Amino acid sequence: MTTLPQQTDKKLGLVIDLDTCVGCHACVISCKGWNTENYGAPLSDQDPYGADPSGTFLNRVHSYEIQPAEGHAQLIHFPKSCLHCEDAPCVTVCPTGASYKRVEDGIVLVNESDCIGCGLCAWACPYGAREMDQEEKVMKKCTLCVDRIYNENLPEVDRVPSCVRTCPAGARHFGDLGDPDSTVSQLVAERGGVDLMPEQGTKPVNKYLPPRPKDALPEFDVLAPFLEPVAQEPKGFLGWLDKTLEKL
Amino acid sequence: MHPAPSVIFFSTFSGLGFGLLFWLGLGIPGVTGFSAFAFFTIAYLLAVGGLISSTFHLGHPERALKAFTQWRSSWLSREGWCAVLALVILAVYGIGLVFFDSRWTVLGLIGALFALGTVFTTSMIYAQLKTVPRWNMPLTPANFLSLSIAGGALLAGQVTWAIGLLIVSGIIQAATWVMGDKAFGNSGSDLASATQLGHIGTPRAFEPPHTGTNYLLREFVHVIGRKHAQKLRLIAISLMAVLPVVLLLLPFNHLLAVVAVLAHVAGVLAARWLFFAEAEHVVGLYYGKR
Repeated sequence: MTTLPQQTDKKLGLVIDLDTCVGCHACVISCKGWNTENYGAPLSDQDPYGADPSGTFLNRVHSYEIQPAEGHAQLIHFPKSCLHCEDAPCVTVCPTGASYKRVEDGIVLVNESDCIGCGLCAWACPYGAREMDQEEKVMKKCTLCVDRIYNENLPEVDRVPSCVRTCPAGARHFGDLGDPDSTVSQLVAERGGVDLMPEQGTKPVNKYLPPRPKDALPEFDVLAPFLEPVAQEPKGFLGWLDKTLEKL
Repeated sequence: MHPAPSVIFFSTFSGLGFGLLFWLGLGIPGVTGFSAFAFFTIAYLLAVGGLISSTFHLGHPERALKAFTQWRSSWLSREGWCAVLALVILAVYGIGLVFFDSRWTVLGLIGALFALGTVFTTSMIYAQLKTVPRWNMPLTPANFLSLSIAGGALLAGQVTWAIGLLIVSGIIQAATWVMGDKAFGNSGSDLASATQLGHIGTPRAFEPPHTGTNYLLREFVHVIGRKHAQKLRLIAISLMAVLPVVLLLLPFNHLLAVVAVLAHVAGVLAARWLFFAEAEHVVGLYYGKR
């Protein structure tokens, strides 16, 4: 059913810390590794070792340069995957009901056996979170590793999305953003987490933590009191020498 | 947006076909027997041919029947229903005209309504997308509907109606371009809103996530041909509206009428190509492209 649920029991999602992300792309690789051999069709590559490689990824890391009015530019690495929006436009446009948002946890999924590969859901997504697999001709997207997070065959520490588990910097957090007391919700409240493209009205569940202001060193030198400037104008013998040498 | 030929042909020809079916459903021209058969054949070839060509862009056309299930929420599903209902109802109405020499007026009116509904739902597939500001405005359905009704009048041989409607559709087409040019700027989406990093300074796409291309860039970031957009617009509107109107104003001649139809079709194809090629998806912002 492609009508959206009025509300979901949980709002599972990711919180991505743009201050901590080092841009290593490990989340991209671990996402592709897990998802190419688990839920749904594999994530195919086209011409992977040739001159024009391309392929299906559910998570990609952009890098942006931010130039403040004054001072140095700042480089920010920016991982982007499905934001599991509350008002997901990709779900309502689907003609077959293949695209749906789960009532129990708010995860947006694609039932691949119902997908006709029309691509309209990818057109409706402002974030580029959906990619049509060129081999299977069905729409692929982040499943929030639905096959990990409830998987009792995995050790408890692994029951988080693959990208979160692998991030070496701890820049990715997973939890219930519908519960104000959850660690992710508290993190969002504390750090002022934001929605991407709020003007699109999608109400994303995933939040981004903006980079904290950089430390600015004050103009301060501990040795300053001991280094009073010497006389600017030479006097006495040195003054005489200076003037004499100037005249030569 | 990538201008896929299958979708351009679909929307142009099925638009014309359903436009003609609309007029036939209204009983204009009031044909029966063999000439009704000829009119209905042309309309069905255009409408059904267009619909078949639209399935070429599907990854799994064999599952297309599933697209009838989500009419409550999806414009694409509603389009499927309207098309099937229009084609079935007007086929029954056509049988009455061709074989029984009788006009079942109410059936024709209902069919005409669904024929217009098909064109409207097609246009809403595009107009609903907030992600493509150029399409996300009421002028998009006005554009599709006016072209369909005008083209239908032209095919139905309704010279007076066609002249008026071609002028109206030309004006709406021009307005669509003028308003469309401002749409992205007015949408409020830019790299600062996409990254939410504008409070620090001016963001710039520094490094893309991948060295090669991908589905998103192929599908949504199509910049080829935009540099000739102004010339193409002139060509499109001249062929679509100006030339047919001039030809129709001349003393009536079947050859001139055929030229008017061909010019109109070529103009609509060019305009539809521009409709896709000029449309910019907000996802391009993340790549520093539009």
